[in-house]
Amino acid sequence: MRTMSIIVGFLIATVLSTACWADYNYPIDNALAATIIGTPKEFIADLPADIPREEKSLIVFPDRELPDFVPRAELHYTLVAQDHAAPLIFSIAGTGGSHRGAKMQMIEKAFYQAGFHVVSLSSPTYANFIVTASTTSIPGHIVEDSADLYNVMELIEDQVHHDIEITDFHITGYSLGGAQAAFISLLDEKRKVFNFKKVLMINPPVSLYNSAVILDDMLANNIPGGPGHFNSFYNNLVEDFSKEYNRQENLDFNDDFLYRIYQRKHGKIDPSRSAAIIGFGFRISSSNLIFTSDVMTNGGYILPKNHQLRVRESTTGYAKVASRTTFIDYYNDRFAPFFLAKYSGLTDKALRHQLSLESISNYLSSTEKIAVVHNVDDIILAPGEIDFFRNAFTTRAHIYPKGGHCGNMAYKDNVDYMVNFFKD
Amino acid sequence: MKNLFNFSALLICFILLSACSATPIKQAGELPAERTAETTLTNGTAHAIDVYDPWEGFNRGMYRFNAGFDHYVFLPVVRGYRAITPNVVKDGISNFFDNIYEINTLLNTVLQLKPKKSLDTAGRFVINSTVGLLGIFDVATRWGIHEHDEDFGQTLGHYGVGNGPYLVLPILGPSNLRDAGGLSVDILAFNEIDPLNFKEHNHRELAFFLMDGIDIRHRTEFRYYDSGSPFEYELIRMLYTSKRKIEINH
Repeated sequence: MRTMSIIVGFLIATVLSTACWADYNYPIDNALAATIIGTPKEFIADLPADIPREEKSLIVFPDRELPDFVPRAELHYTLVAQDHAAPLIFSIAGTGGSHRGAKMQMIEKAFYQAGFHVVSLSSPTYANFIVTASTTSIPGHIVEDSADLYNVMELIEDQVHHDIEITDFHITGYSLGGAQAAFISLLDEKRKVFNFKKVLMINPPVSLYNSAVILDDMLANNIPGGPGHFNSFYNNLVEDFSKEYNRQENLDFNDDFLYRIYQRKHGKIDPSRSAAIIGFGFRISSSNLIFTSDVMTNGGYILPKNHQLRVRESTTGYAKVASRTTFIDYYNDRFAPFFLAKYSGLTDKALRHQLSLESISNYLSSTEKIAVVHNVDDIILAPGEIDFFRNAFTTRAHIYPKGGHCGNMAYKDNVDYMVNFFKD
Repeated sequence: MKNLFNFSALLICFILLSACSATPIKQAGELPAERTAETTLTNGTAHAIDVYDPWEGFNRGMYRFNAGFDHYVFLPVVRGYRAITPNVVKDGISNFFDNIYEINTLLNTVLQLKPKKSLDTAGRFVINSTVGLLGIFDVATRWGIHEHDEDFGQTLGHYGVGNGPYLVLPILGPSNLRDAGGLSVDILAFNEIDPLNFKEHNHRELAFFLMDGIDIRHRTEFRYYDSGSPFEYELIRMLYTSKRKIEINH
């Protein structure tokens, strides 16, 4: 009986949501393809080509000594300033993302055009942040990473407040950055430095642990013959790219190359290969994070303990080992032992709960200034996790019928919603 | 031209002199890592990240040098250039360089016996040099004749010459022995044809190559250390090699 009512409820919900979204015309129906391709050129919102971006840097820990191997000692960020008084939006990148990534620059353009100052921040999982701004240099703990971000935001405010006039503060972020935005907002309720007016989470994970498992498995389960055969997978991929490139002689690689392939195949893409590509992207981010953390903490995980990397020394051997290390390996071998020791009495289950939006669900459901934008088919969510947003945010959850993970962020309707949320 | 030979000779000496090994050496007080090649990797598996790189020590040093040069010289110059130059002018300059180097593309499409590409390229050069006002406007693309890009490195690859050792060139960045040799030939050929009459106007040559460098950097999105990867050197090496493979097949 209960199953029956769930099914009926689901059907009604589906019918209702299709009714509401009848005019949502983001062109890619497949979630994996949307995640890889993003928004094709002709569907991207109208955004200015050039905006006054200024790349700035600051020192977070003046006493921190960095190994030679690290190329940069300052934390880098981007400021996009209006020449008049305006609200400032802090924008946080997703896992492994830099402050000047493509999605970040799209966000800058959308908000600059709408009259906001924008400060773009790299993810606490990005090497430059781990090295210069992470207190522990063991990234992934969303509460601590968000506190590090808060600290950085205060320093930035200090650095820029003479040059620009700020009326209010807002915060946004996509993917992991979206989840961090919520934790930062919660911290701000106590610290009250910014008194954020509005918070927008874009495609955040619910549980970091679950999403990491999903993304780890995408690579592990989709390389023909197993992860040990990545080389043949990669060579075949290059070979097929080459064929596609020859087929369409007037195309640049970046000129909607992937979308044209998708169209030519009428959306019938190889799901296993697409999943492997997404998993590969995540694996690169996670091995960057793991090795950077290992170098910074002298953790002896992949780099031998007490070994000083020289500038001219080959790291290819370490790269191979890192590429065969999953995020969950790092979680089990380095991350969990560190935090379980740091907080006595903490259990592994409680730690995972800490790394989840569920741990702050009361705050999320009771705080009117926070909203979430998501997609029903987001690939980083475990089955049923999308309902967390429906339940906790109710009318403040804006859930699109497609778009995969962040694929539709630059689509016209999405950009309109994002901008209007802060304008209203 | 003579300068180029001097430069190549100097570069080779430099590589030989600085041929310090890139292989990690065990240091005093060092303890084995928890995850090692022995425990994590299967013996005998090929790795996409492996590229023949016997000069890795030199290359990594050059990579770091290039990143510094980029940060302290190249990018500040490009920022200045962007600030004082209107977009139409910047695009015109880019088109001008694209057009003048069609000469090299044409030579190489002929050498590779690719008639369609040769015709396209010759047509583009004629149209853009005349109707496009010395190449400042890319009229040919608007008329549906698309640009190709062939260099002597690709021509060598087309006839089966392998990559040779990976090589990071000063300022120019990722390359390999074949492509660096190809580049020298392309420059020689360009100087021999001398479309802008550098022989009689020496000062033009310097201005031309400086502007060319600034234009290339202005159009290149790449920023050193922006990948956030401690393995950026390896990733760039892998992607460069794959990219060239695709271009040669094209």
